[in-house]
Amino acid sequence: MVRDIADPILEIRGLQKTYPNGPTALGGVDLSIRKGEIFALLGPNGAGKTTLIGSVCGLVNPTGGTISAFGHDLARDWRRVRSRIGLVPQELSFDMFDKVIRQVRYSRGLFGLPNDEARIEEVLRSLSLWDKRDEPIRKLSGGMKRRVMIAKALAHDPDLLFLDEPTAGVDVELRRDMWDQIGALRDRGTTIILTTHYIEEAEEMADRVGVINKGRILLVDDKAAIMAKLGRTEAHFTLAAPLDSLPDAIAHYPVVLEQGGFRLTYRGGDGTGKGKREVAELAQDLVRAGIAYTGLETAESTLEEIFVGLLNEQEKAA
Amino acid sequence: MTLNLRGSAAILKNELTRFFRTAFGSIVSPVLTTSLYFIVFGAAIGGRIQEIDGVSYGAFIVPGLLMLTLLSESTSNASFGIYMPKFTGAIYELLSAPVGVAETLIGFVGAAALKSLIIAAIILVTALFFVDYTIAHPLFALGYVVLVAAAFSLFGFVLGLWADGFERLQIVPMLILTPLTFLGGTFYSIDMLAEPWRTVAQLNPIFYLINGLRWTFTGTSDVPIGVAFGMTLAFVVICIAIIAYIFRTGWRLRE
Repeated sequence: MVRDIADPILEIRGLQKTYPNGPTALGGVDLSIRKGEIFALLGPNGAGKTTLIGSVCGLVNPTGGTISAFGHDLARDWRRVRSRIGLVPQELSFDMFDKVIRQVRYSRGLFGLPNDEARIEEVLRSLSLWDKRDEPIRKLSGGMKRRVMIAKALAHDPDLLFLDEPTAGVDVELRRDMWDQIGALRDRGTTIILTTHYIEEAEEMADRVGVINKGRILLVDDKAAIMAKLGRTEAHFTLAAPLDSLPDAIAHYPVVLEQGGFRLTYRGGDGTGKGKREVAELAQDLVRAGIAYTGLETAESTLEEIFVGLLNEQEKAA
Repeated sequence: MTLNLRGSAAILKNELTRFFRTAFGSIVSPVLTTSLYFIVFGAAIGGRIQEIDGVSYGAFIVPGLLMLTLLSESTSNASFGIYMPKFTGAIYELLSAPVGVAETLIGFVGAAALKSLIIAAIILVTALFFVDYTIAHPLFALGYVVLVAAAFSLFGFVLGLWADGFERLQIVPMLILTPLTFLGGTFYSIDMLAEPWRTVAQLNPIFYLINGLRWTFTGTSDVPIGVAFGMTLAFVVICIAIIAYIFRTGWRLRE
């Protein structure tokens, strides 16, 4: 499942995390990250995404496995490794009463770099925070606060940046803006690992996607390959008159007759919106073929359902 | 890679910024409290109390009050310093940064000790307005005050790591530290106590701290200075050992 990548920037092997008298958050994760890519870790809430990130960034003590980054073992060379990693956690957490620029300077110093006002200005400008630099953070809007989190993580010019749910609880406009920011970072050569539970986000941003559920990586692949496997549209046409068999005109769709021929059910599509398109075409074909229907219900599978499906497929294959 | 001293400097600066942001409350309140002690015990009542070991009562309580302030300020500065990022979640950055136990302690404990030393200096100056006192061994006094500030900032740091709520943060200084300081001879010499209390008082570690400091001021003490100094040093070592253990295991820090 895990393809070996030549000279990975981050290499995780057999990573385990079991909480004392608690659940297994990570059950032996293997993952290799390519230099310069955007990697999306896609999974539902509670899948282990934050624990995985926390293990690399020093917030979680793993109970097993190894992590190496930039060719150094994290357990042994933690100072060297951590100085090149940036983290933007999901929650807004900083000293709300401090000024924006001072918090960013603090972050740079904490990571062992000498103060560099020109670089700090560059980071703040790139996130449109320069005009707000002397404001206390608590006075900023939610979106601006999130940018401060990013500015702090970028203050020490990390080569590897972790973004934990960068757009969770963020409105549509801000999400688009966040995607643009992340894209700009990648263009500057930063390797980015982000977690998300939105399929669209992985689709929009990532070069590669890893699907994680219940502490296990189910599959890792290029975005296009993953998207073809994800997402499933279900549509039920209630027919005016029952059909004995599928008419040729619609036989090429993934459809079945149910409820004694009174219901035509479509199950298909992928993460690229193919399902919705096909349902629309199917509806037109039905009209052209003279098959009347009195009702139409469509539903998209949830991420959880898709993952259960993926897991079942893998078990069958094994 | 060697120690990340820039990281320590960043923490130190950040903590001092926080201190000066709330400078009014941080400085005025301890100065006011201590002034009240000097007015009541030093000037008002002290005049009617006989000299202790040839020192006026007002001058006798100066080192005691200084110790009272040092202990409470060092403990609360350091405990709040590390508890606040734990409370707001900002601790994530510290944990993800290339800073270890040593850097963290230099930053947080250094800042807390520095703050309480600033306040101690202000209080000594304030005391001049109320009582006449001299410092018999100024260099020893300085060294001793720095050591005690460091020791109790370390203690406060442990407290801040341990605390999982504001109540716990305040309960130890309130229920243990303050009573022990008062009973440790801030306002009296244990010669004034009858048995068995005299023996009981000697079980109180803070008794040694206060008497050590008093020796540097007046040249007299209920205990040898070496014992007092040794006790403080032992306390520092114990605190550092506990903190190192906490960082290594991640207790209350890492999941």
